[in-house]
Amino acid sequence: MVHWTAEEKQLITSIWAKVNVEECGAEALARLLIVYPWTQRFFDNFGNLSSPTAIIGNPKVRAHGKKVLTSFGEAIKNLDNIKATYSKLSELHCEKLHVDPENFRLLGDILIIVLSAHLTKDFGPACQATWQKLVGVVAHALAYKYH
Amino acid sequence: MTLTQAEKAAVVTIWAKVATQAEAIGAESLERLFFSYPSTKTYFPHFDLSQGSAHLRSHGSKVLNAIGEAVKYVDDIRGALAKLSELHAYILRVDPVNFKLLSHCILCTVASRYPNDFTPEVHAAWDKFLSNVSSVLTEKYR
Repeated sequence: MVHWTAEEKQLITSIWAKVNVEECGAEALARLLIVYPWTQRFFDNFGNLSSPTAIIGNPKVRAHGKKVLTSFGEAIKNLDNIKATYSKLSELHCEKLHVDPENFRLLGDILIIVLSAHLTKDFGPACQATWQKLVGVVAHALAYKYH
Repeated sequence: MTLTQAEKAAVVTIWAKVATQAEAIGAESLERLFFSYPSTKTYFPHFDLSQGSAHLRSHGSKVLNAIGEAVKYVDDIRGALAKLSELHAYILRVDPVNFKLLSHCILCTVASRYPNDFTPEVHAAWDKFLSNVSSVLTEKYR
């Protein structure tokens, strides 16, 4: 079980309150596909991913980005029980989706960069440190049921 | 991973802005690094790492200026950073994993200070560029 200080919980929830889940989710996924093009391997059925512009405007990318970040919100609602929260999703990513867990770490870091750009001064070093811990815990939980 | 002409242009354009705040951006990047990844502090037992310290500012400056050299000689980063590459290989011997961590923190700092300029294309170009810089700095390790 992960231990969160009161300060860390406060930093997580106060930042999350400022996040536009649809926008940030879409942007994070788009940037993942743009900055690390090999991640496109999981999205053959998404249509046009041929350029940054195409990726950013792609409705499937936007929808899926929103879905992923909405799910992230579940972890934030259950900070004391993230492994259990993601148990089924972890099995899904292993058995059906066959996603290398390294991709969870890549997406986590991209999310941090998106938050930095959107929240600027509100996302300073202490904030980033707490969120790095959070994305690390989420990535670990998503990889936990892999076999 | 070679940079395309467009990527080189993106790197150079942002650098022009970053260079005006090299010390502050360097110091903030290091601050983010030490906060998020405490293990990186093991390379600086001799430093005062408190916020805004003279050590952080001067070392931040040093790091960013070296990146500036790589930008200036983007077609020959290996040549531009040859001495630094040897320094890291034989004297400093910073574990290679840490270059990715610092690169990430530099991107966070730049994104937070220039959010409108930090488009996905610019983000990709800088991620690639810093990855190349990191490769050059670690290529003589063994």
